[in-house]
Amino acid sequence: MTNPAGPLWIPDSSDAVYSHDIPAERPWSRVLKQGQTLRIVDSEGQQAVDALLYCADDPAERYSAQDTLRVQGSAYIELGTRLVSNRGRVMAHMSADSCGRHDTSAGCCSCESNAVRFGEATKYQHACRENFLLELSRHGLTKRDIVANLNFFMNVPIDPSGAFTVVDGISAPGNYVDVTADMDVLFVISNCPQVNNPCNGFNPTPIRVMIWDPPKA
Amino acid sequence: MAQTKQEIAEANRRRYEELRAAGQELTPKGLPEATALDGAPIAPDAVISREQVPAGWYATVRLRRGEALRVIDDSGRSSVSLVGWREEDTSERINCADTVKVQWSAAISKGRVILSDMGRVLLSLVEDTSGAHDLMVGGSTPASTPNAFGTPSRNTQENFLAAAAKIGLSLRDIPPCVTFFAPVSVDTAGRFLWNSGRKRAGDFVDLRAEMNLALVLSNCSHPLDPTRPAAAEAITLIRHRAPPPAHDDPCRTTSPEIVRAFAFTDGLYA
Repeated sequence: MTNPAGPLWIPDSSDAVYSHDIPAERPWSRVLKQGQTLRIVDSEGQQAVDALLYCADDPAERYSAQDTLRVQGSAYIELGTRLVSNRGRVMAHMSADSCGRHDTSAGCCSCESNAVRFGEATKYQHACRENFLLELSRHGLTKRDIVANLNFFMNVPIDPSGAFTVVDGISAPGNYVDVTADMDVLFVISNCPQVNNPCNGFNPTPIRVMIWDPPKA
Repeated sequence: MAQTKQEIAEANRRRYEELRAAGQELTPKGLPEATALDGAPIAPDAVISREQVPAGWYATVRLRRGEALRVIDDSGRSSVSLVGWREEDTSERINCADTVKVQWSAAISKGRVILSDMGRVLLSLVEDTSGAHDLMVGGSTPASTPNAFGTPSRNTQENFLAAAAKIGLSLRDIPPCVTFFAPVSVDTAGRFLWNSGRKRAGDFVDLRAEMNLALVLSNCSHPLDPTRPAAAEAITLIRHRAPPPAHDDPCRTTSPEIVRAFAFTDGLYA
């Protein structure tokens, strides 16, 4: 595990500046200062975590899935992936990953897309977009600001034929990703409530978020 | 008798597996054949307007529900990126992720649709000669052009920004785009590939509007196209009146998911 501030840096949970358990199905947001590292822990395993990033100084600049994939030249989020904004700037990077498979092409679940995918009865089930709408409203942002998001711990293989499938997650209890901020970013999470596909093992569970300051020089 | 949590989870998994099998095995077999390069002529009296868009430039097109836009890659060397919004409420817009997820495929072709973020159909691909389009990588940007052009050049992201500004929208409103005539696939390691053999002069798509739309089309080389910048050529857009869809219209009947998406779309105009 590397950090731009030092050759080898392994965060120690005892010196985290912030730690919080996000209950199953709930949203969360917080500003990460440049250099801070956010760890997202899949506490019980097989839990998709939907995430959006906004430039804290100007939220019109935000995470862009297509820019991120173009710059990287490949379709999955993994260790070392630079998370690129819609202005072409690196907002953050993946500084550690004990899972190895994350998505940014499948978007978030919504009541409306659930009704299309799984039938009208599923329209009245909680969904990530409901979480995002409410959490973003605390920051003056709206549905216009919800773009294609990151899906940590979500396993969405894309076949050379184009076949695109959400399959069982491969993350084990305690697997984590570290995201280190390259600018001040508003980081928004929906702990995915989806029960109609395998992204959460059909059973949404809590996750933990922890934040570290950059290591002292 | 009330189901246990375990029984509900098992029932949901069974439904998911049934939908997946239908969506990836049955549905693709039922899709129509690609349109022939000299197929699907537009009746002269159905043409509403025609326009050529020079390389590097963009066009804003308003389409009413039931109208269609033919996009023609005359030279076989262009790619055309598209974003769009519902005219009556521009917070509803093209959603590539839902388009891919609902149809179980990152590859779209004749018979497929492009969805909005509200579980409704924006556009149907009623004709398509190539089925070689990209929903994952997006268009060119100021940062992507210097490699090919030696200097930042006209690009899709700035075209979208300028076009959006002229209809009262801004950077916040520009969603991920679909790019036509951009044969991108993913190899088994996840790397993007450009399949140049899947581009031909005269390739076209007919996009039928399923709601009233404002569209922006940007004629800029795709960032993965190895022939940039020589790829710069004009494209042709023809707005026309599409025949009303029959009850067995191929785009409306591909799968249970798509039947529902059309029911929700028709509800807007019921």
